[in-house]
Amino acid sequence: MESTLPILILAIPLAMFLILGIAGCKMSHKLAAALGIAGMGTTLVLSYITALTYFFAPEFTGADGLREQLTVFNWEWLAFTKNLVISLGFFLDPISAMMLIVITTISFMVHLYSLGYMEGERGFQRYYAFLSLFSFSMLGLVVATNIFQMYIFWELVGASSYLLIGFYYRLHSAVAASKKAFIVTRFADLGFLIGILVLSYYTQTFDFVKMTSDPSWVLESTGGATFMGASVLTWALVLIFTGGMGKSAMMPLHIWLPDAMEGPTPVSALIHAATMVVAGVFLVARMFPVYMLEGSATMIIVVVGALTAFYAAMVACAQIDIKRILAFSTISQIAFMMVALGVASAGHGEVSHHGLGYMASMFHLFTHAMFKALLFLGAGALIHAVHSNNYTAMGGLRKYMPITHWTFLIGCLAIAGIPPFSGFFSKDEILAACYAWSPYIGVWMSMVAALTAFYMFRMYYLIFWWNEPHYHHAPHDAPVSMSIPLIFLAAVSCVAGFIPFGHFVTWNRMPYDIHIELPVAISSVVIALVAIAIARHMYIKENPLPAKMKAALPRLWDWCHHRFYWDELYQFITHRIIFNGICRPLAWFDRHIIDGTMDSFATVTNKASDAIRPLQSGQVQMYVWYYLIGALLLAGVTAVCVL
Amino acid sequence: MEFTAIYYLIPALIMFCAGVYGFITRKNMIAMLISLELMLNAVDINFVVFNRFLFPEAMEGMFFTLFAIAIAAAETALAIAIIINIYRSNKSVDVRTLNEMKF
Repeated sequence: MESTLPILILAIPLAMFLILGIAGCKMSHKLAAALGIAGMGTTLVLSYITALTYFFAPEFTGADGLREQLTVFNWEWLAFTKNLVISLGFFLDPISAMMLIVITTISFMVHLYSLGYMEGERGFQRYYAFLSLFSFSMLGLVVATNIFQMYIFWELVGASSYLLIGFYYRLHSAVAASKKAFIVTRFADLGFLIGILVLSYYTQTFDFVKMTSDPSWVLESTGGATFMGASVLTWALVLIFTGGMGKSAMMPLHIWLPDAMEGPTPVSALIHAATMVVAGVFLVARMFPVYMLEGSATMIIVVVGALTAFYAAMVACAQIDIKRILAFSTISQIAFMMVALGVASAGHGEVSHHGLGYMASMFHLFTHAMFKALLFLGAGALIHAVHSNNYTAMGGLRKYMPITHWTFLIGCLAIAGIPPFSGFFSKDEILAACYAWSPYIGVWMSMVAALTAFYMFRMYYLIFWWNEPHYHHAPHDAPVSMSIPLIFLAAVSCVAGFIPFGHFVTWNRMPYDIHIELPVAISSVVIALVAIAIARHMYIKENPLPAKMKAALPRLWDWCHHRFYWDELYQFITHRIIFNGICRPLAWFDRHIIDGTMDSFATVTNKASDAIRPLQSGQVQMYVWYYLIGALLLAGVTAVCVL
Repeated sequence: MEFTAIYYLIPALIMFCAGVYGFITRKNMIAMLISLELMLNAVDINFVVFNRFLFPEAMEGMFFTLFAIAIAAAETALAIAIIINIYRSNKSVDVRTLNEMKF
């Protein structure tokens, strides 16, 4: 494949960031937005051409249906040893091609949507510059040829996420949220970095192709080394997964994502729902053949994912802020993808099911990106209309905002897993993979799916039905630039499930025929419908039932509403234990021992010079005395030495 | 009685010590200048004496002395000029009044 298009895919967003970032303040809002949208549109077209060429051109598929992995270009950047080389390149395989489509689609929609949503905001040009920076970093991340390039772009998306969460930097809460997001993910990235170093120390390579094409070689290269009872490879993989946990907001590193909703809503849609937060899933998927060898690492992934999915779904049932509900729903859905990856390893279930979870995970990533972006953009339209994030300020909006209502409903149906919307197909594959791995995990995830349907429709009914509050001026649908992305994404959510995804993305790059597992599919649809029915019964119009439920289980509601007190726990650990126990003694040591040593040097010098100052009396004859005495002493010393 | 080098060197040493003593103790700058000349002359005598007794065939010591005398004359003129200027501003040639260049 020619390398011109791939270079342009990365270069255009970067150039847009530089142009808008440097010259943006001299531009009008319209020009800046036009530049940003045009740049992203071009990138979108180029990415589609690249990805579709990759998927459909016959030269990239072998005779047996095996898709090639394509390193379009790979420039050597830093060479440590002969083998340990950091390169920058462009790698095309099924998942990176799919991510190119997802990222550019959502990013373009968000660029378009922001035109209406951010209209007249202070720092409008800066906003578009940061969006371009983010798109560049995310594209660089998915096409990384080696794990170190991925790490570089991994940090870049973290930085652009920080910049965009803190976009309203005059708001104290936004500043705090951006710091929190950055520090928590930074903390996880430390694990990621150590994992990379451990892995590359043993394998002497960063390259993905080398590692994943022959994973048993990776296992051999560690030579059976162990550390604290677990093999080094397990450690490396778990540490790399830690990085993914931070970015993908898995428990216990999820605390930054709900707060990240302080950023503008389109940013939440792009970064904190559709693209950046799935980077952790993408990372595990990228290293999947290696993970497949390590049962204990995948076990950890399954456990963390299953717990997070359930936790986030519980919490989402008791939130008031609609963006937070969506944030927790995102955490829950990403956990679904993680679980799917974890259960995809070989050795469980029928042979035909090997790697099913991988395909399901990527499929869900794709469909989730579309419908979650849709839901967030819909939430943005609602917030734009009623100027509040809380559902208590909404209600009965279906009459006022028909476009938002219908698109939001499609999003809710998709995430709840009702056919024929896209979420049904991907979630069904995930559940099938879970049941194949272990019935317990299957039942558990079905329960989470039921909760998903319940909290989504709770939100839906509370926003669009329930009781109509008194609106100062009647809310109305968003302008065209905001409605087009909603309609487009809703349309995608309707049809995306029918894509024969297994033909494009599988773990071994061989085509796989998706077949709906009827028992799983029927049971999950029934469960979802029951959950929706309960939500409908409770929330379709104002009634005392929810309040009664809340009064019946006050403790549970409190815990869910306060997110199981995770933030308070972190607050306690950092402020009470770390600050008091470690930071204060360190500060004392710094102030008294280190500063004290330096201060005493200065004091001694001062005192000594004060003491010898009077010698400089200005009396010439005194100086002669000193000279004479010195000369005589020297003469005496010389005489003693010589004689 | 034969005059050996020591007969010249002892008086020169006495002259030098007298010069040092005078330079340190006298407060009048003119007197200090005279003491300085005394030290210089003692050194000149040493030059001549060592030349005469150690290297009788060479003349360097003699020439050095002649140069030193010439330079000492110039230097004295300069020093006296400075002292006159100090007297103009301080109305005194007492060296103890010159303590501006201290810490």
